[in-house]
Amino acid sequence: MTTAPAERFALRLHKVSKAFGGVQALNAVDFEVRAGEVHCLAGENGCGKSTLIKVVTGVHRPESADLIELFGQPVDRITPVQAREMGVSVIWQDLALFPHMSVAENIAFDDLVGLRPRSVRYGQMKARAAEVLDRLGVRMDLAAPLHSLPIAQRQVVAIARALMNDARLIFMDEPTASLTQSETDRLLDIVRKLSAEGVAIVFVSHRLAEVLEIAERVTVVRDGNLVGVYPTQGMTQARLGELMTGHLIENQVSARDLPDAPVAFQAKGLSRHGEFSDINLTIKAGEVVGLTGLIGAGRTELAHVMMGMRRADSGQMTLNGATYRPTSARAAIEQGMAYVSEDRLSLGLLQKQSIADNTVISVLRKLTTAAGLISETRKADLVAHWIKQMGVKIGLPQDAISTLSGGNQQKVVLAKWLATAPRLLILDSPTVGVDVGARAGIFRIVRQLAEDGLAILLISDEVTEVMHHADRIMHMADGRIVQEYDPRRITVPQLEERIYA
Amino acid sequence: MRDLLSSYRIEARLAVVLALICVGLSIAAPQFATLPNATSLLNNSAVNLIWAVGLLVVLIAGGIDISFAVASSVVQYVAAKMLMGIGGGNWVLGFLFCGCLGILLGLLNAWLIHGFRIISIVVTIATFNAFFGLLMFFSGGRNIYSLPDWWTARIFIFEHENAQGVWSELTLSVAVMIACVVATWALIRRTNIGRQLYAFGDNPEGARRAGVNIAVMQGVAFGWMGLMAGIAGLCQVNIVKEVVPNALYGRELDVLAAVVLGGARLGGGKGTILGCVLGVMFVAITQNGLNLLGVSPFAFQMIIGAAILIAISTSNIDLSQILRKTETRQ
Repeated sequence: MTTAPAERFALRLHKVSKAFGGVQALNAVDFEVRAGEVHCLAGENGCGKSTLIKVVTGVHRPESADLIELFGQPVDRITPVQAREMGVSVIWQDLALFPHMSVAENIAFDDLVGLRPRSVRYGQMKARAAEVLDRLGVRMDLAAPLHSLPIAQRQVVAIARALMNDARLIFMDEPTASLTQSETDRLLDIVRKLSAEGVAIVFVSHRLAEVLEIAERVTVVRDGNLVGVYPTQGMTQARLGELMTGHLIENQVSARDLPDAPVAFQAKGLSRHGEFSDINLTIKAGEVVGLTGLIGAGRTELAHVMMGMRRADSGQMTLNGATYRPTSARAAIEQGMAYVSEDRLSLGLLQKQSIADNTVISVLRKLTTAAGLISETRKADLVAHWIKQMGVKIGLPQDAISTLSGGNQQKVVLAKWLATAPRLLILDSPTVGVDVGARAGIFRIVRQLAEDGLAILLISDEVTEVMHHADRIMHMADGRIVQEYDPRRITVPQLEERIYA
Repeated sequence: MRDLLSSYRIEARLAVVLALICVGLSIAAPQFATLPNATSLLNNSAVNLIWAVGLLVVLIAGGIDISFAVASSVVQYVAAKMLMGIGGGNWVLGFLFCGCLGILLGLLNAWLIHGFRIISIVVTIATFNAFFGLLMFFSGGRNIYSLPDWWTARIFIFEHENAQGVWSELTLSVAVMIACVVATWALIRRTNIGRQLYAFGDNPEGARRAGVNIAVMQGVAFGWMGLMAGIAGLCQVNIVKEVVPNALYGRELDVLAAVVLGGARLGGGKGTILGCVLGVMFVAITQNGLNLLGVSPFAFQMIIGAAILIAISTSNIDLSQILRKTETRQ
C-alpha cells in the first residue's frame, strides 16, 4: 500500500472537547498522526485516551471540534461503520474477537456484517485470511477455534482483522499488557512492518520502555488536557512519566544492605521435574528480592511450590527458621505466606463482589462471632483500616471491585493478603496493566512494608522494576538461578543484555 | 480428518454412542431394527426436531426459550378458530397463517428481551405462563375436534407393505421436518445473517462494536424459533387430528435438554445442526428402545435423565488431557 504524497496526515483533530455529565473528559485537545507513523498516546488511566479514540471512531460525538480530518478529508459526523470504511481500525484491549469461531472467520468477520442476506463462502474467507497473515509474515491454523490460541496469537488475529478492512490508521489499546517480552518483540516487529507499508499506528501502552522503543512521537494527555507532543528521540522514561503524572516519579536504585536482619525464608536445592532445579534462595526479613528472567524460566512455578500449590520433588524450605513443607495453599497462608498472583483480574479478585468483601475474603475466619456468623462491625473496621492504609481511591466499600481502576484493584489485592498478616509476600508481576502513577503508589507501599520487616519476593518481567525496587536481583533461566546481582553494581542495559542475550 | 474430529468432538462422540445403542437394541429387541419401527420413530420425532432446530438458533444467539411448546398450542388453537371462521382454508393458508402467528409470538419475546433488557429465560418463563394461561382461559381447556378436512387428512410421502402385511409409512410431518432442518442449516451455516447470530451469541459486545445490529439478531433468532413453533403446531394437529390445549405443555424441557446434549452451548456461540439432530434422536431412540424392551414407562424419565446427565457431564472431559497428565506424573 502506498501513500499519496498529498496525504501527509492520517488524522488531524483540532480543539476537540467532550464532557460526560460534569466531567470534562477532553478539553480542546489537538491530536495529529502522520501517515505511516507510529505514534504513542500516553497518559494515566482516565486521562481521556479512550475518549479520544472513541471520538475518532465515531463511538462518541464530540461537544465541539474545530476540525476532524481523516486522510486529508474533513469529516463532520462520523459513524463507526464510516470510520471503518475510511480505513480506521481499533484493536481494543479485550480484542472484541469471537472465541468459538475459527481464526479465518474472526479475521474476515467484518465482511459478514450487515443485514443484506448473502451466502458465506468459506473457501474465499480462508484464502483472504491466509493472504493477510502472509502479509504479516505469520503462519497459523486457520481452522482452529480462537479460544485454543494463546493470547499473543489472538492479538495477531485482531491485527489481521484490522488489515482485512484495508486499515490505514490502527489504534492499539494496550496491545502488550498480557504478552511476554519475546511476544512483545514479535508484535513490535509487526508494527514496524505495517508502518513501513504506510499504515499509521497509534499505540497506547503503560510500558514506557516500549513506547520509547517503537514510537516516533508521543502525545501526552493529562486530565483531559493536552500536555504536549514530543519526539521520542532523547526522551527518557522518567521524563515521560513526569509529563504523564505531573509530578516527578522517583525511579532510582533503592537497594539496601541488611546485614543484621534474620532470615525469613530459605530454600535449599529445591527442584521440580521439568520446571526448575536446584534452587537456593534466601530472603531476609525486611528484604525485597527481585526474581527476573524470561517467561518460562520457572519463576511462577517456583512461586507455586513456595505457596504449597504444587509439591517440590526434592530440596528443603525453611520459614522463620522452622522446616516449611506446605501441603496446600491454605497451609501456606496459615504459616505466613501471601501470594499476589500474576493474573490479578481473573484469579486474584471476585470481580462482581464488593470492595469490602474482596478485602476480607482471606480472613473470614478472624471475623466470625461466637455463633459462627460474620461480624459486620469487625468487617467494616478491617475494611476501613486497609482502605486508609493503602490509599485506595474508592466511592463506597459496597461498590463492586470492577468499578475501580487497575491500580486501585491491585491495592485491594495487596490489602486482602496483608490482612492475613504474612511473613513473606510473593508479588508476581504486580504491575501488569497498571499505569505509571498507580505503579509508583504500589511500590511506595511495597517499600513501606519492607521497612516494617516483611520479606518480599518480587517477580517481574520488567528489568527496570527489579532494578529500582529490589535489594538483590536473582536472574532465573531454564529453571535455574544463574546469577545474583546487586542493583547498585549493574546498569539496566547491562542486566537486560544478560537476560535477553 | 483429525481436524474434522476435533471440531465436531461432541457430535462424533454422540454419533458413536448412538450407533452403539442402536446395535445393542437390534440384538436385544428384534422389532427395533425394522422398517415399521424406524418410520414410526421418525414420525414421532418430527415435531420435536422442528422445535429443536428453532431452539438451536436461539441458543446460538445466546438466548434461551421456554415458551415455544406452549406457543405452538396457541398457534394451533387460534389457527383452528380462524380457519374454521373463513370456511376451512387449505394447506398454503395453513402454513402462512401458522408461520406468521408463530413469528409474531417469537417477536414478542424478542421485543421484551431487547426492549427492556431482560434476560431471555425470565422473559420466556413469563410468556410461557402468559400464553398458557390465556389459552386455557379462552379455550376453557376444551379440545377442538371440528377441524378442516385437509388438516386432518393422512398424507404419506412414503408407503411400503412388508410380507406380513404390516405397513411402513412416513407422514407429511417428516417432509416438513426435513425442510425445516435443511432451511435452518442453510441459515446458520451458509448466510452472513447466521454467522452474525453466532458472533452475537459468542461475544455480544464484540459483535456490537463490529456493527452487528443486535435488535435484528434477537428478532431473527426468536422469530425463527416462532416460525418453527408455528409449523410444529400445524404438523402436530395433522398427526393427532385434534387440538388439545394442554397437549404440548411440558415438552419444552425435553427438547431443551436434547439440544444441549447435542453440543449447543447455553452461553451462546456454539452448536451445530448435526449435533442438534443427534441429540433429539438420542433421546427418541433410547425411549423407543426402553419401550420395546418392556421397561416401565415410569422408569423412562429417570433413565433418560440419567443418560443426559452422564452425556453432558462427560462431554467436557478431554481424554487427551487426561493421558498427558498421567504421562507427566510418571
